[in-house]
Amino acid sequence: MTDTPPSVVIEGLSKKFDGPDGKPFAAIDDITLSIRPGTLTAFVGPDGAGKTTLMRMMAGLLRPDTGTLRVLDTDLRTDPQSVQNRISYMPQRFGLYEDLSIQENLDLYADLHGVPLDVRKERFARLLAMTDLAGFTTRPAGKLSGGMKQKLGLACTLVRVPDLLLLDEPSVGVDPLSRRDLWQIIEQLIEEEGLSVIVSTAYMDEAERCDQVFVLNRGMKLAEGTPAELTKRAQGLTYVVTPDAGVPARDLQARLIDAPDLVVDAVPSGGQVRFIRRPDCDEAGFAQLLHDCAPEPREEELEDAFMLLLRQHDEAVQGSAITPLAAGTVAPPSNGNGNGPVILVRDLVRRFGDFTAVANTSFDVRRGEIFGLLGPNGAGKTTTFRMLCGLLPATSGELQVAGVNLRKARAAARARIGYVAQKFSLYSNISVYENLDFFGGAYGLRGSRRRDRVREIIRQFDLDPDAQSGNLPLGYKQRLAMAAGLLHEPEILFLDEPTSGIDPLARRAFWRTITSLSQSGVTIVVTTHFMEEAEYCDRIAIQDAGHLLALGTPREVRERSGLRAGHMNEAFIAIVEQARAAEREGQEAA
Amino acid sequence: MTLSPFLTRLIALIRKENRQMLRDRSNLMVGFFLPVVLILLFGYGLSFDVKNAPIALVLEDNSSVAREVVSGIEGSRYLVPVRTESMKQAEALLRAGRVDAIVRVPVDFARSQMRGEAKVQLILNGVDSTTSTTLQAYINGAIGTVMLRRLDRGTDGAAGPGSVTLVQRTWFNEAGISTWYLVPGLVVLIMTLVGAFLTSMLIAREWERGTLEALFVTPVRPLELILAKLAPYLVVGLIDLAVCVLTARILFQVPIRGSLLAILVTSIAYLVVSLLMGLFISGVTRNQFAASQMALLTSFMPALMLSGFVFDLRNVPLAVWVASQIVPATHFMGVIKTLFLAGTNWPMVLQSCAIMFGYSLVLLMLTWRTIRKRLD
Repeated sequence: MTDTPPSVVIEGLSKKFDGPDGKPFAAIDDITLSIRPGTLTAFVGPDGAGKTTLMRMMAGLLRPDTGTLRVLDTDLRTDPQSVQNRISYMPQRFGLYEDLSIQENLDLYADLHGVPLDVRKERFARLLAMTDLAGFTTRPAGKLSGGMKQKLGLACTLVRVPDLLLLDEPSVGVDPLSRRDLWQIIEQLIEEEGLSVIVSTAYMDEAERCDQVFVLNRGMKLAEGTPAELTKRAQGLTYVVTPDAGVPARDLQARLIDAPDLVVDAVPSGGQVRFIRRPDCDEAGFAQLLHDCAPEPREEELEDAFMLLLRQHDEAVQGSAITPLAAGTVAPPSNGNGNGPVILVRDLVRRFGDFTAVANTSFDVRRGEIFGLLGPNGAGKTTTFRMLCGLLPATSGELQVAGVNLRKARAAARARIGYVAQKFSLYSNISVYENLDFFGGAYGLRGSRRRDRVREIIRQFDLDPDAQSGNLPLGYKQRLAMAAGLLHEPEILFLDEPTSGIDPLARRAFWRTITSLSQSGVTIVVTTHFMEEAEYCDRIAIQDAGHLLALGTPREVRERSGLRAGHMNEAFIAIVEQARAAEREGQEAA
Repeated sequence: MTLSPFLTRLIALIRKENRQMLRDRSNLMVGFFLPVVLILLFGYGLSFDVKNAPIALVLEDNSSVAREVVSGIEGSRYLVPVRTESMKQAEALLRAGRVDAIVRVPVDFARSQMRGEAKVQLILNGVDSTTSTTLQAYINGAIGTVMLRRLDRGTDGAAGPGSVTLVQRTWFNEAGISTWYLVPGLVVLIMTLVGAFLTSMLIAREWERGTLEALFVTPVRPLELILAKLAPYLVVGLIDLAVCVLTARILFQVPIRGSLLAILVTSIAYLVVSLLMGLFISGVTRNQFAASQMALLTSFMPALMLSGFVFDLRNVPLAVWVASQIVPATHFMGVIKTLFLAGTNWPMVLQSCAIMFGYSLVLLMLTWRTIRKRLD
């Protein structure tokens, strides 16, 4: 194998872009690496690490500022076309023509790659069988689910066997089931056709499957090696600790993550807290922090090594990451009183035409609880969520929020809830103070009361009032959006996918804010597609195809799935699959 | 038979563009429905001709001569006389907008007429100067015809020495019918609309949906992309041209005095410029909304305002004239009106084709630059 040249050789590669504030920043900063042919290689890193930029440069779509870049032994600077003839590339948005059918999309790419007609027939049959799309060839790509689109996107890049396949975050925004199917296809093709694949991902379980992993952050290469080599970096630093009975795991997790000079990372998991000790931490301080519980060492994982690398790098670059909010800094809501459920949902139904988005859903949310709505794309969680916030009327059923019947008095209910949309919905071109002042007015706060609330919330959330909102880092944008949602001191805060698209460190900090809010008595309803985030919730509901499949504490849901240990991800897949199998049986019996 | 890779790719791309065009309902509306609406709107609605204009008649002299004079107005199919008792009443009607003009035959009309000094007073509503100018001509004509007829019959005796009668004739548009010059102008507007507006979406849409990114990393070449995007819309443009020519002939009886071949050749030349203009805008903006706004502002509006479609370019300030000469539509407008109404003027056709060829080359190079298979 020593005589075959590497499929990618990168030396001293840099690329600068203009940032939102007009200052140039290095998307790729002096990266040197080489990739062996015939391997499955992963670029892992948080959002903004430079993964997509690197992928695009390897595809000849972006020109390097400095450094050399050779793909398949060809210089991309001088001859991008001959590289583009030999590789396949799936961009993040799959590159499908939504108004063309599955077959027409495949035909187009086969024509462009000059695949002979006799080869094509067999190839298409194989790809369609592999992707489970054979039954839908005449359906327009725009009418496919996210998972199907992604599989079709992959099939389009594989109309012929490329010399190198580039997949840019193929599993972003795709539910766990589709994610698993996709990796099965990729692995099958590697085995049968000896494909060379480079994939970029933010998921560690995906990186774990690869032969070679490069960890990127802020445009720099932090580390490289096999998953096993990288995992070793966290050796001896990883622990798991069980909180005392009756104490939520997230309270213990909060205590650990509030000690950044001792603990690198801590996450709740299955009623316990998994954490990583700092390699240089002070033994006495560490013992003091965990005086009341007994941490047990656990086996290190790639994720641990990744968090360790990220934390160390971020501290080296900018001192410290986003500062988490300490517990108790957020004032409790003034009007939160009484017991009993704060949200009551009975037989809720929402139909769009003859399509039932939410079917016969019933659940309660108790006061002060963190309640998670989980489900694959199209499961109905956004629809349920919008009905709870009074943004969408229900077709039928009973719906009470903060003691107010939402079907009768929507405005009254709205005054008692705060809503943070998935997309940053504040004004980008005005300052933090101006945004909060405006939203304060929109919520009906006036005069000195408004000024006081805005000043108070800026202090609580540790925001810079003069910063222009659009230029904030994503983590701070989310924090600002949440601050705006809390101005009128609502009893319930609704958060729609608050952590999608922000990096793992910022996600930890953001959840710390949520848990500290919860400690102050605000009820929180949150949707997320990160299954491990379910561990922060008191109770979760899992939806699929409009039906409520499971409801309970994370531990109860995990037990229902039959998998006691392991990640929430697997429990989730098991539950959805069991439900789908049951439905198939029901249909066949009928 | 195996095609060259270039042709295989081009045909695949054209097939793709064609399917996308046919499946996009809003595209088809702009491509086929809007031109028809424009033709009907401009052809029937936006006519500068005056028909059935109410005219107040103030007949202060009741002599037979006076009555004969106004009979000319009563007989006109463009004018509707409204008899009034007094000048005062007529003025009130004019102020109220109930009539467009007042024709007043003074008390001493018959007597003055004997002396050859007869005068008829005409008061026009100048609020709409186009209408009032047209009305003035009609009323002049109506009264003039009567006087000429009287002259023929010799009832006035000899016309006084030195009395000159102006005999007017308008060439190419003998009747002065405005649809005759509006409809050929519409061909320009529709070619511009189909070309620039529809194609302005094409590259921008692929940028927005991220499909170009995938397409770039294939053996495809930029020129193939451009040609494939031109082809289906060239066909749409030609269908629209046929619709324009047919409605011009059948619905509005506009004469087509030039050769159809010359009309076809100049139209294709302009259509290509227009299509490339749209593609260039699309490639530069990479955003459908911005592209459609740009296309309207930089091609449709100039074609409407600066090409000589409505405003005569000889009367505009120098700066505006210079600007109008930069607009490709101006050069097409002159030729197409000549081809419809006057006849084939080959040197003019060739000159226009040469200008369009120049524009096409420049725009093709510019569009090529915007679609260089690079994201930065």
